[in-house]
Amino acid sequence: MTTTAAPLDVEAIRKDFPILTRTVRDGHRLVYLDSGATSQRPRQVLDAERSFLETSNAAVHRGAHQLAEEATDAYEAARARIAEFIGVGAGEVVFTKNATESVNLVAYAMSNAATSGEQAARFAVGPGDEIVVTEMEHHANLVPWQELCRRTGATLRWFGITDDGRLDLSTLDELVTGRTKLVAFTHQSNVLGTVNPVEPIVARARQVGALTVLDACQSVPHQPVDFGALGVDFAVFSGHKMLGPSGVGVLYGRAELLAAMPPFITGGSMIELVRMEGSTFAPPPQRFEAGVPMTSQVVGLGAAVDYLSVVGMDRIAAHEHELTRAALAGLAEIPGVSLVGPGLDEHGEVVDRGGAVSFVLDGIHPHDAGQVLDSVGVAVRVGHHCAWPLHRRLGIPASVRASFYLYNDRDDVTALLAGVREAQRFFGVTGG
Amino acid sequence: MQLQQMYQEIILDHYKNPHRRGLREPYQAEVHHVNPTCGDEVTLRVHLAGDGGAATVSDVSYEGQGCSISQAATSVLTDLVVGRTVAEAFQTMDAFVELMQGRGHVEPDEDVLEDGIAFAGVAQYPARVKCALLGWMAFKDAVARVADSAETPAAAGGHSSEVSSR
Repeated sequence: MTTTAAPLDVEAIRKDFPILTRTVRDGHRLVYLDSGATSQRPRQVLDAERSFLETSNAAVHRGAHQLAEEATDAYEAARARIAEFIGVGAGEVVFTKNATESVNLVAYAMSNAATSGEQAARFAVGPGDEIVVTEMEHHANLVPWQELCRRTGATLRWFGITDDGRLDLSTLDELVTGRTKLVAFTHQSNVLGTVNPVEPIVARARQVGALTVLDACQSVPHQPVDFGALGVDFAVFSGHKMLGPSGVGVLYGRAELLAAMPPFITGGSMIELVRMEGSTFAPPPQRFEAGVPMTSQVVGLGAAVDYLSVVGMDRIAAHEHELTRAALAGLAEIPGVSLVGPGLDEHGEVVDRGGAVSFVLDGIHPHDAGQVLDSVGVAVRVGHHCAWPLHRRLGIPASVRASFYLYNDRDDVTALLAGVREAQRFFGVTGG
Repeated sequence: MQLQQMYQEIILDHYKNPHRRGLREPYQAEVHHVNPTCGDEVTLRVHLAGDGGAATVSDVSYEGQGCSISQAATSVLTDLVVGRTVAEAFQTMDAFVELMQGRGHVEPDEDVLEDGIAFAGVAQYPARVKCALLGWMAFKDAVARVADSAETPAAAGGHSSEVSSR
């Protein structure tokens, strides 16, 4: 990927993130390389939440007093900005607790479809139907589909991966067939960094009449993403991985689909008419937002989207691209380091991959490597990163993952590489 | 430096040269325990001689994959329990668990824990305490399985595919 945009002023950006000024473990500079798990938040997001709570806090979509009006306006204005950020209509954005809940919302709506009338029939699954996922999914985009199959008698199938960490699409036409009701896949692997090709999967799914769900948790925070242009039916992501608060996630659904889909969680706010004998439900997105929703979190996510937009998603992607290139090149020079996921191509380029860089070390368990990195201030993720089947497929119990974001700089990459060498020294593994 | 406090030489020695590693016959119970947050796994077998609390631990054998802490702790475990009675082994286990959950405020008794005192530094890293306890929890479970199958021989095998006993 190339871009002509001016590079980021990382130094200026870092000043917006108060947490980056602290030290860890005996005075070491914090080298935060765990944004794939959760990102840090800029002052602008923290201020937006605080300002909302200090001036306009009220329960949204109920009450007629001034604060209720202001709170509802803030909530819906954030929805509109977030929708614009991902290229969809405001009515197509449903707020959830996190991306995991977003996936479950669709999975449970499909469970409920069998008993929700004719309009919902297109979502119903049962014996003979198939759900297709991939071997590189995060548990959040795997377990809910396993459970949907278990509840309904449908069959789960999956794409394998190639040894270099790409999705094996050679089986696309055999896997996605007239029996397929839904294809759920990740836009960018949280372990491999691999960016998957959305277009051929969506095209095949459409051809056979299957729905698509895109896990965009690792793409929306890091590159420009337009769900309308991608043509997926549903997409999910979490606020806390994109500079926003925890406790707010998004489900995008095409308007026509949301309009026909039965609810998952029921109760207040999501109704149209309630009688003792039964109820009817509100149109989307309210149909899927039962109870008093999270509010300052939504306002905070709106501020995060503003922040990212001002910086520019293309510039963020280009910046991470450079850090990823440096990290991949540096790790390749250290004997005893094996990458988990695509490395640089033969021209030294980063191709179709994002800034999640996972690796294993000969003779050092990832936990132990992570402990040494932590001791010099480098925060990475160790373990299976909620992608246990992927690690099994790769024949490793766990891995070390460094993940980059807009506030990381070349010093962070240098610290990571030095930390890896320190781990080898500490455990008496010279590598090679 | 904090790292050395955690990775005592004793721990690294047990990691590189683990005691009683490998799965052996005979055994009365085999369990498979995992640490779901990190994927560490241990398969552990126990063979007892005699009955009840007076029974003696005649062998503990194991295989697993995991970090130095989990592997070394399991190696030390075998030193501490093999040849002891079940009652003694459980007392030692309680002392080790107390040490690991003490956040560094528990003074370990070397007479009881022997090489296990080396894990005192690990107790200061909450995320690693589970690693140190993985083998011990498997041991506790395996001994319970032996006791269960002694009481109800017909039910040997239990309710979990993760467990086999005979």
